[in-house]
Amino acid sequence: MSDPLKDLVASGSQTVGPFFHFGLTQGVSGRIADSSARGEHLRVRVRVTDGAGEPVPDAMVEVWQANPDGQYVEPAARDGRTPPPEFRGYARQGTDANGVCEFETVRPGRLPDGRGGLQAPHLCLCLFARGMLRQLHTRVYFDGDSALGDDAALVRVPEDRRATLLARQVPGEAGVWRFDIRMQGEQETVFFDL
Amino acid sequence: MSHETGVTSDGRVQLAGSQPPLLYPAYTSTVLRAPSRPLIRLPETFADLAAPVYGYMAVSDADADLTRQHDADPQGERIIVAGKVVDEDGRPIPGTLIEVWQANAAGRYIHQRDQHPAPLDPNFTGAGRAITDAEGRYRFTTIKPGPYPWKNHHNAWRPAHIHFSIFGPSFLTRLVTQMYFPGDPFFPLDPIFQSISDARARERLISRFDLDLTMPEWAVGYRFDIVVRGRNSTPFEGRV
Repeated sequence: MSDPLKDLVASGSQTVGPFFHFGLTQGVSGRIADSSARGEHLRVRVRVTDGAGEPVPDAMVEVWQANPDGQYVEPAARDGRTPPPEFRGYARQGTDANGVCEFETVRPGRLPDGRGGLQAPHLCLCLFARGMLRQLHTRVYFDGDSALGDDAALVRVPEDRRATLLARQVPGEAGVWRFDIRMQGEQETVFFDL
Repeated sequence: MSHETGVTSDGRVQLAGSQPPLLYPAYTSTVLRAPSRPLIRLPETFADLAAPVYGYMAVSDADADLTRQHDADPQGERIIVAGKVVDEDGRPIPGTLIEVWQANAAGRYIHQRDQHPAPLDPNFTGAGRAITDAEGRYRFTTIKPGPYPWKNHHNAWRPAHIHFSIFGPSFLTRLVTQMYFPGDPFFPLDPIFQSISDARARERLISRFDLDLTMPEWAVGYRFDIVVRGRNSTPFEGRV
């Protein structure tokens, strides 16, 4: 008989399934930063499609990111009674019938890559869904950012696939960026192993 | 090495097969939702990987008792589900959020898209939250969920399970899994459970009946301990 506390191997992942909303995303805000937070305010619209190009209406997207100074904030009180700070650094949302969910945030700063350089501003994104036995990780960069060229993660990505990691400004909607996650197939999004 | 026990020839518990693959055709929904290209390793030096994550969600003690969220008692077998969250180095994980969600005793989720013709229970929602204490322990009171049918293949039923979401100290430790009950007849038939190829790793997702947790004349206790990744752990692909 195996005992998790004796084996000490990470518990196996299992799918979030189709019915997580009432447990995980109902009434949860997509606000990573409030409108009063310091920084360049953005809305990031994430759209998830499957290998047939169909929208994925039952995905959960989690985003975490550094603040405009390039720092991750340690959440202070975890009791749920303390009001959240203006910048939380994290949010999650379920996708709608069109496979879309949206986050309100501020553009993150650059943070050290641990090897003497700086990473380009990015969001870390984690995807869960029915049909996914474990989560997938990707990174959202901003199209046109001058720091893209020397990001230590991007250089590991084949050049012809880097564009899949770029959020692009939505024409006619100031401050709104769109990021497409193509789970499979043509223009498949790059996913990372952590 | 033995597939029966999941122990390597040098006596250590094996890592390979302890996590499911992304593509597992027996679970048909993976076929269009698994990436076809290999994952790319991120530099281990990235601070992102150790960054703390936690949603600001209101959690009260009442959230850990799923049988007390409505006016009357829900139908079904009242149970206690409790355990400990540790990392692969055996360190307890205190102060971390655990979220659970599940079907009711009849095998029906409150979710509007669940079409299984079993009754909803007006006294049961099936969602709970708890924060681990200083020793990494958590405890829920709930109802034993029923198995339910799904359309993956002919006459497909999921073994009874409770969904678990655990944050741990960083995104490296983020875990979504399912807790099962001992002796479920659907284990050999369920592709989601079977997607974890190592038998011992599958067994670790099965809770254990625990007489010490069982409360006389009140509720049967099941113990479910959870291990999240350690600080210097093998990346996911090395575990599939």
